[in-house]
Amino acid sequence: MMNTAYNFAFFDEGSKREIRRATLKAIAIPGYQVPFASREMPIGRGWGTGGLQLTLALIGKKDVLKVIDQGSDESVNAVSIKKLVSDTTGVQLTESASEATIIQSRHRIPEVPLKKEQILVLQVPLPEPLRYFEPSEHETKKLHAEKEYSGAWLMLFEQIMKYGSMTTGADHPVMVHDRYVMAPSPIPRFDNHKMDENEALILLGAGREKKVYAVPPFTKIVSLDFEDYPFEGESFEGKCCRLCGSEGVFLDELIDEGTGETYYQCNDTGYCYEVLNKAEKAGVN
Amino acid sequence: MGYVAVKGGTHAIKESVKRLKYERLQKQQVLETEKIEAGMRGLIDQVMSESSLYNEPLAALAIKQAEGNPEEAIFLLRAYRSTLPRKHCSQIIESEQMKVERRISASFKDIPGGQILGATTDYTHRLLDFGLMKETEELIREWLTEYEAENRLNEEKLDAPDILLPKVLDYLRKEGLIPLRENNDTEPDDVTRESLEFPSNRSQRLQILTRGQTGAVTSLAYAVIRGYGALHPTVGELRVGNLPVYVGHPNEVGSEEDDYYIGDVKATEAEMLMPFMAEKENGRKELEFEIGYGLCFGQNETKAIAMAILDNCLEHPDNSFPSHNEEFVLYHIDSVESTGFISHLKMPHYVTFQSKLDRVRKTKNSEEETAERQEVRR
Repeated sequence: MMNTAYNFAFFDEGSKREIRRATLKAIAIPGYQVPFASREMPIGRGWGTGGLQLTLALIGKKDVLKVIDQGSDESVNAVSIKKLVSDTTGVQLTESASEATIIQSRHRIPEVPLKKEQILVLQVPLPEPLRYFEPSEHETKKLHAEKEYSGAWLMLFEQIMKYGSMTTGADHPVMVHDRYVMAPSPIPRFDNHKMDENEALILLGAGREKKVYAVPPFTKIVSLDFEDYPFEGESFEGKCCRLCGSEGVFLDELIDEGTGETYYQCNDTGYCYEVLNKAEKAGVN
Repeated sequence: MGYVAVKGGTHAIKESVKRLKYERLQKQQVLETEKIEAGMRGLIDQVMSESSLYNEPLAALAIKQAEGNPEEAIFLLRAYRSTLPRKHCSQIIESEQMKVERRISASFKDIPGGQILGATTDYTHRLLDFGLMKETEELIREWLTEYEAENRLNEEKLDAPDILLPKVLDYLRKEGLIPLRENNDTEPDDVTRESLEFPSNRSQRLQILTRGQTGAVTSLAYAVIRGYGALHPTVGELRVGNLPVYVGHPNEVGSEEDDYYIGDVKATEAEMLMPFMAEKENGRKELEFEIGYGLCFGQNETKAIAMAILDNCLEHPDNSFPSHNEEFVLYHIDSVESTGFISHLKMPHYVTFQSKLDRVRKTKNSEEETAERQEVRR
């Protein structure tokens, strides 16, 4: 049931228009962080309000929505966001990455390659890739304007000097179309390459920090690295999903409570179910 | 293992929401919003101020729904506020128009119009009044009749229903102790409609300060006067009372008389005086006063004073004190933002954590390799 005490997609129309305008600007300048008047949402600041505002500003009655949180459709926060959007719009929900027209995600890009009519909305906690070494917004804005990114390289260089390799976990900075250094949101390094020359539109929204930015289709995305220390994703070599047997996907590391053994399972649960269903249809069992 | 537990979320959330409702209701008492509105003036005022939405019944509802947790109540109102279109900008309100209920100055004993203590806890002894546990409606009525009779007598003597008072600071301006400034009557920027960029302007700063979390604003201002700042302020004037709000005709440009009165807002206004060494011609220095300005919804005196202190700090950027740094102050005092980001740490972070784990293992391995190599060399 739709909650009719609120407008379609929660916002008043003026707010939606304003967010769309910021989004269009973001698409026009790939990787550039466009400030927007982020609204307070019914879910916590820092819990995906940037992504949620993008989704609500874009969604129409015919859209099919998928929401994932850390790869999972059933994670509590994904469920909560899905419920809010569906309560205020009544749109169709799905767990299939290929059926969705809008996918809102926290910290993962689905394993199934995205298609050109899809929009991936990523939730961003800290949009500023230079914040680590420059706390002031006024200063980082200047650094971006002047394409002064030596600090970002130096940060990686120092990691190599100290630890022998780059130690960025998720959110490894990328260069967008040879112009802006961008925080890809805390997707694992494993997912960074999926942004490069992607067919779908990728939008990134940071609600608390009040920024929107975008990777339009077929944009060149390069993870920052050095010739002698190339960028590398998380390694799951020799490991596969215990449920569907997939290899070469991002895996969750789990511990069997009974035996105390470590085992692995697809992090992208939607993908895992699809593989399992296909196998069943093909009559594997 | 915690990783798996976050799946099956739909059912878990449903049960959790039910449990939350149970916690609110288990003592089998209906807390009427009218009662909250009547008896929790302090909390209502704080919630309206931090959510920047002036509406007592809605604040009472938010407090009820949030079980009295201000952080949650403000969150509810802010989210509600996001759905409201902005239709008007009010006419300029001159705070001389305040119908004063309370007004004090710490700078002068005899101020034109006099000091009016009004309703304040300042001089109450903070002793628990156990009598309140046995308060009855009958007792209240009795007390009220008595109080009102007494008051009527006083009012007849004074013959002053609405008190409009001159500003204390005007007295200092006349003497030339505070530099005269032109009023800046341009329409203020709205930080909820256009996001803040730096350097900020004063209307943006004042808005963010007045929406700030009471505790955060107070703490930062406290740090300033205690030593992490360069200010020694005095309360020039602190007033509490109602301000009338007017809006102009939406389509026609009319005279003041055509404005529509849409109601009063209760507010606290603080004008703080800060001594300041002004440079005059020929390098001569002269001690003058500067002003810090605080205004917030409801009776929130500590917050209004703290806001005024921070307003003045931000007028004088100084990187040796974080409290004089606009990004530091303005980015970190908002209740919804700070509590939101702190609480988001409770969300599952297992993908990001897996990434970090991968790096920790990698650096550990390379450390071991290096150690082995060194051993071989030895």
